[in-house]
Amino acid sequence: MTTLDSRPAASPAAGLIDARGPRFGAAVTAVVYAIVLLTIPSALAAVLLVVQLVAHGLGAVLGVRSQPYGVLFRKAVAPRLGRPTEFEDPAPPRFAQAVGLVFAAVGLGALVLGATPVAYVAVGLAFAAAFLNAAFNFCLGCEMYLIGKRLLGPRTA
Amino acid sequence: MTGIVVLLVVLVAASAFGLYRRRTDGAMREIEIPADAHDAAHVPGQPRGAGHAHQGDRLEASDLGTELGDRATLVQFSSAFCAPCRATRVVLDEVAGQVDGVVHVEVDAEANLDLVRRLDVRRTPTVLVLDGDGAVRVRAAGAPRKADVVAALGTFL
Repeated sequence: MTTLDSRPAASPAAGLIDARGPRFGAAVTAVVYAIVLLTIPSALAAVLLVVQLVAHGLGAVLGVRSQPYGVLFRKAVAPRLGRPTEFEDPAPPRFAQAVGLVFAAVGLGALVLGATPVAYVAVGLAFAAAFLNAAFNFCLGCEMYLIGKRLLGPRTA
Repeated sequence: MTGIVVLLVVLVAASAFGLYRRRTDGAMREIEIPADAHDAAHVPGQPRGAGHAHQGDRLEASDLGTELGDRATLVQFSSAFCAPCRATRVVLDEVAGQVDGVVHVEVDAEANLDLVRRLDVRRTPTVLVLDGDGAVRVRAAGAPRKADVVAALGTFL
């Protein structure tokens, strides 16, 4: 029905990415956060949070094409799947990486400082966001973005 | 132990939310128009009374910065971090191209926060279907399906 689907898969509109990439990344991220939740407080939980922090950081700073799980998807997963049929703008998933970065940082900081309840809350929220993205294609950070703008943005009237 | 509880609570809550959202996303809601809505003259430049965000709201060309359609206007609120906004644009453009007197207007929510607050837009995409007088007749939060947009126009055209 949409013009997107009728486009040749090999030539998506300029700048768009395979929509399955961020979805795959969200699934990996959800698994990582689930393991962290089950192992708090431990060295393994801290190490996994560092890994996740780096992954989010690369995605947020360099873009989703450089997000390690995205690279893994492109190199190892996508070639085994069919051609992509859905493409999306990389800006929303990149923003989601930045939001994830904040939660991973808070979780790691809390864990290191011994504030275990805070770590549970931060990692629990990060897991919720990654799970919603993977299971329902729902971007929690993106939805919060307009609400935040509404609350904090300038008022002219 | 705590981690398992957090994990399960998040899984159940996020799944319930995701399923609810999947069911209601993009659903078109008809807006009741108060009997006196068309009599109450709106003074341009004056803020409207609060609490009327849904009922009896009317938009003018000056609100949108472009002319309204003769018979109907499909107003789409979009933002930078919004994956479903692209698909919504395609759907609304198609409908506007197929039905005479109907135009599609896309509004950058971040650049029009006053309008966003006045209309109580909380998500992108949010779609408002205006009649020929600019009255908000139908509203959807989330990406609507094409058939639902056509049906929404059918409620008053």
